[in-house]
Amino acid sequence: MAQDILVIGEVEDGAPASVTAELLGAARRLADGGNVSVTLLGAAAAGAADAAFAAGADRAYVGADGAYDEFQPDQWIAAAQAAVEQASPAAVLMAQSGIGRDLAPRLAFRLDSAAAMDCVAVESGDGGFRATRPCYGGNAQATYSFATSPAIATVRAKSQEPLADPHSGAGETVELAAAGESRGTIAGREQAVSEGLQLQDASMVVSGGRGLGGPEGFEVMEALASALGDDKAAVGASRAACDLGWYPVSQQVGLTGKVVTPDLYIAVAISGASQHMAGCSGSKTIVAINRDEEANIFKSARFGVVADYKAVLPPLIEAIKAAG
Amino acid sequence: MHFVVCAKQIPDPETPPAAFRIDEQSNEVVPAQGIAPVLSQFDGMAAEAALRVKETAGDDTKITVISMGKESAQAAIKQVLAMGADEGLLLEDDAFEGGDSYTTATVLSAAIEKLGDVDAVFCGRQAADWDMGQVGLGISELMNWPGSIIASDVQVADGKMSVKRVLADGFETVEVPMPAVVTVSNELGEPRYPKLQQIMQAARKTVNTMTAADLGLDASSVGAAGARLKLERLFIPEVGGDCDMIEGESPEEQAQALVAALREAKVL
Repeated sequence: MAQDILVIGEVEDGAPASVTAELLGAARRLADGGNVSVTLLGAAAAGAADAAFAAGADRAYVGADGAYDEFQPDQWIAAAQAAVEQASPAAVLMAQSGIGRDLAPRLAFRLDSAAAMDCVAVESGDGGFRATRPCYGGNAQATYSFATSPAIATVRAKSQEPLADPHSGAGETVELAAAGESRGTIAGREQAVSEGLQLQDASMVVSGGRGLGGPEGFEVMEALASALGDDKAAVGASRAACDLGWYPVSQQVGLTGKVVTPDLYIAVAISGASQHMAGCSGSKTIVAINRDEEANIFKSARFGVVADYKAVLPPLIEAIKAAG
Repeated sequence: MHFVVCAKQIPDPETPPAAFRIDEQSNEVVPAQGIAPVLSQFDGMAAEAALRVKETAGDDTKITVISMGKESAQAAIKQVLAMGADEGLLLEDDAFEGGDSYTTATVLSAAIEKLGDVDAVFCGRQAADWDMGQVGLGISELMNWPGSIIASDVQVADGKMSVKRVLADGFETVEVPMPAVVTVSNELGEPRYPKLQQIMQAARKTVNTMTAADLGLDASSVGAAGARLKLERLFIPEVGGDCDMIEGESPEEQAQALVAALREAKVL
């Protein structure tokens, strides 16, 4: 059944973010011949419209106001609400990002509807719109239907495929009002500078957990990442390790941290709690290195090594270097 | 000032996966034998944030801990009282059962409205059972108060709340006028551990109970009747389960064998 879908887009470096392209791909499939719209907000929004049309949108609601570049909930919600009123979508999709986490519940309450958060699957059938999402720290998954409209869902990055072929070269552009008032003011910002390759961009991620025993364990993890290649591998950490202050919060992999989907994920001294696996289970190949052969991590791993990381990582680093 | 901390009692998230079971008929988690439910960990951090503000603001700040749940949720309330909150409020009614984020926020907002003089609401960033992260923002919307999510630090001064928020690439500090809602993340730090004396004092603190009728809520607007999100299916996802264990006489041999296996799998 044809239905209209609205995607709340995010603009990065003048183009739709990769997750926005994924959402447009999902929206195109859900629309089943209906219209797909996208909101683009910020100084670079207008310039991102053509790429959004190619990625699957028929119409772009553009708020080309630099004030939108900083996410202020009061301003973004007004823009999202205006787009919903004009597009009357059956469903609204956004990323499970800093913005989506904040915006989706607000939009649901504003519109007297409901949101399902952090979905890994969205589908449409006889029973209407359905969304499936992990819960209980990743131990379970829940599928929901919606008693109200529009259905709102935040969707996990890399869970949806962007369109394989460009949709169209042109679409309709509708201007949204400039940003309005905000009750909040941003008083300061700190960039957590992780040098070099970012976690989500890395094709290999090596993560350390509580079993490393201390922050010095991460020096070995960094050496392992370097051996794999500074342009390919990044170092992550479990929430336990971050909470203990052993590694920066920005490198936390898991349900409340970053969700990564590299080709190779090496989990070292990580027990494999569900909330950690929620952040890495989309990796193509998982290697687990743990002293405890009963560790849960081995259930999700493709390759397992039962060993003390202190003993096995130095020869592993040498073997990787030797293999070139 | 008067702060509210929202607290939820949940099945222990540290329950070993082997003991985690779902009744697929009722779409419910089967309580694990011998593992007591706990205060959702992020709610403990919300309580910690409220208590830290109270310590700097002075003793005339009152903290009320509210929980919507069954009688057993008294344990979650008592835990926050033992940490140092002043009063408890249990919102208990069969009509509240089977709700969603919307109905939960509706019930909590009605209670906050009833308290009347609330300056700030502290919630966990998400309940560690359903992991939705909507109730705090729902209260913010229903009360029409500013809401800030995923805080690692909360300060209050001059009628303003200053919230240090955890972002994907760092932190930002947002200032909002009060009354306001904030949701707190684990980056705030561990909640304080009550002393025995505090646990005994908590037992004597007042815990009121309110029902839907007490809150002026119609039963059709709460619980399963009022829910907008309908749980169709709850299930345990399948995981790989075909791990190749890399053997070896020594760590060196294991390292060599792992590299060989990864090369064979064309991962390296």
